[in-house]
Amino acid sequence: MGILTTSSMTSVILNAFQQTLYMVFWSTLLSVIIGLIPAVILTLTAPDGLRPCRPVYETLGFIINVFRSFPFIILLVLVIPFTRLMVGKAIGTTASIVPLTLSAIPFIARIMENALRETNPGVIEAAKSFGATNFQILVHVYLKESVPRLLNGIILLIISLVGYSAMAGTVGGGGIGDIAIRFGYQQYKTDYLVVCSVILIVFVQVIQMIGNHLYKRLS
Amino acid sequence: MIEIRELKKSFQGLEVLKGISLSIQDGEIYGIIGQSGAGKSTLLRCVNGLEAYDSGDLIVDGVRVDVREKASLRELQKRMGMIFQSFNLLERLDVYQNVALPLKFWGINPRSPESRRKIEDLIRLVGLEDKIHARPRELSGGQKQRVAIARALVLDPQFLLCDEATSALDPEITKGILALLQKINRELGITIVVVTHQMEVVKQICNRIAFLSNGKVLSEGKPEELFVMPTQEEIRQFLRDGSSLLPKSGVNVQLYFFDETSEEPIVTEMARRLGKNFNIVWAKLEDFRENVYGSLVLNIQEADVQEVGAFLDQNHIHWEVLP
Repeated sequence: MGILTTSSMTSVILNAFQQTLYMVFWSTLLSVIIGLIPAVILTLTAPDGLRPCRPVYETLGFIINVFRSFPFIILLVLVIPFTRLMVGKAIGTTASIVPLTLSAIPFIARIMENALRETNPGVIEAAKSFGATNFQILVHVYLKESVPRLLNGIILLIISLVGYSAMAGTVGGGGIGDIAIRFGYQQYKTDYLVVCSVILIVFVQVIQMIGNHLYKRLS
Repeated sequence: MIEIRELKKSFQGLEVLKGISLSIQDGEIYGIIGQSGAGKSTLLRCVNGLEAYDSGDLIVDGVRVDVREKASLRELQKRMGMIFQSFNLLERLDVYQNVALPLKFWGINPRSPESRRKIEDLIRLVGLEDKIHARPRELSGGQKQRVAIARALVLDPQFLLCDEATSALDPEITKGILALLQKINRELGITIVVVTHQMEVVKQICNRIAFLSNGKVLSEGKPEELFVMPTQEEIRQFLRDGSSLLPKSGVNVQLYFFDETSEEPIVTEMARRLGKNFNIVWAKLEDFRENVYGSLVLNIQEADVQEVGAFLDQNHIHWEVLP
C-alpha cells in the first residue's frame, strides 16, 4: 500500500466506523429481541417467579452458561457453517453479525433476566391482589417497571459489542478495530492506531452518556 | 361477610395457622392484632387468595376462597381491595396511572370519561388532587399510602384489607390514614379488615378485634373488652408497659374504669372515707374510638386489702390484686 494522504485516512476510518456501527446496531437489535425470550422464561420459572419450574430454569440457565463460556474468537470459527446458512457467506461485515449476535444472546439474556427479577416483589403481589393475570403482570409490572434497568443492560451490551466487533475483523468484518490492527499495528502506522483508539473511546463515552441520560429520564 | 372456620396453614412443616375461626360482619372495621409471627399477615393473605391454605373454610359472601379456582378467585379479588405496609406502588407510573392500574387488569379503559371521573374522585377522596401527576418517589410515606388506598378502591370493592398499612408511618401520619379509613368505612360502607401490631390502630378505629397468638385466636371481641381488663397473660404482656416497675412491698391493686366511672373521683373518695393513704404507682388512660377507659395501680398495705376491696365492690369498680 502506498503512502496515504490525510483524506484517504479519513475515508478509510469513516468507512470502518460505518461498518462498526452497522455490525453493532444489527447484532444489538437481534440479540435483544431474541434474548428477551429466554430472559422472560428464566424470570417466570425462577424460584421466586410467577410459575416456578426448576427443571426449565436450570436447563435453560445451563445452556446459557455453556454459550457464555465460549471465548468469542472460538465461537467465531465454530459458527461458520451456521453463518453460511444464514447469510450465504462466512466472510464480510454482514456475515460477522451472526457470531456477534450469537455471542450476545446469552449475555443479554442474563442481564435482562437480572433486570426483570429486580422488580419489587411487593408490586407484583399488589398486582396479584387486584386479580391481574400472569401475562398482565409480565407486561404491566415486570417489563414496564424494568425499562430503565433493561436500558442499562442494553448500553452495557452495545459497549461490549463495540469491543467484540473489533475481533470480528478477523473474519473480514472490517470496522474500526480491524483498521487499528491492520494499519496501525501490522503496518506500524501509529496515527491510525491513535485515531482509531480515540474514536472508540469517544464513541463508548457518548453511548454511556446517552444511556445515563435516558436512564434518568425513564426511571 | 367473611367467615373463617378452623383454618390451617403450614410452611414447610411449620404450622403458622393452627385452626383459626372468626367472622367479619359487613360494615365493620375488624382488627387482627398480635405480635409479629402470630400469623396475622398470613391469615390476611389467605383471605384474598395470595396464599393457599391447607384445610378449613374461608368463605366470602357465600363463595369459597380457593386458589385453584382461578376464575372465581379473580372475581373475589376484585371485591377485595388491599393495601400494604410498603405501599407497593409502581415507581414509573404517576399517581393517576397507579390508581388506574387495576382497571387495566379488568379490561376497563382508564381514559374513558367515567374512569377518569372515578379516578379523579378517588384521588380527591384521599386528598391528593394537587399531586395527581406526581411520581411515587416525590411523595411522602403517608401520601404513598393514600395513593395505595385510592388504587385499592378503584374497582369498587366491598372489602378493604390492610396489611400493616400504618406500620411504616410515624404516629401523626398514622392518625391521618386511620381517619381516612374510618371515612371510607362510614361514607362508602366498605368493610375494613386491618392487620396490625399497633395498639393505636385498634384503639382508634376497630369495632371488633381478634387477638392472634402463635397461630390461634386467643380472644375475640370489642377492643375495650379485650384490652382494658385483659384476662389472658399473653395480652397482658402485649400491653405491658412499665408495670414491671411496680413496688415489691405491700400489695398492688389494679383498678379498671369504664365509660361513666372513669370520670368519678373514686380514689380520693376512697382515701377520705377509709382514712388511708395509697400510693398511685401506675396509671393509664386509653382512648377507644370516642370513649375513654382508664386503669391505675394502687400500692396499699396488706392489712387494708379487704377494706379497700369492699369499698371498690360497693362502687362497682372492677379490680384485682396483681401477683
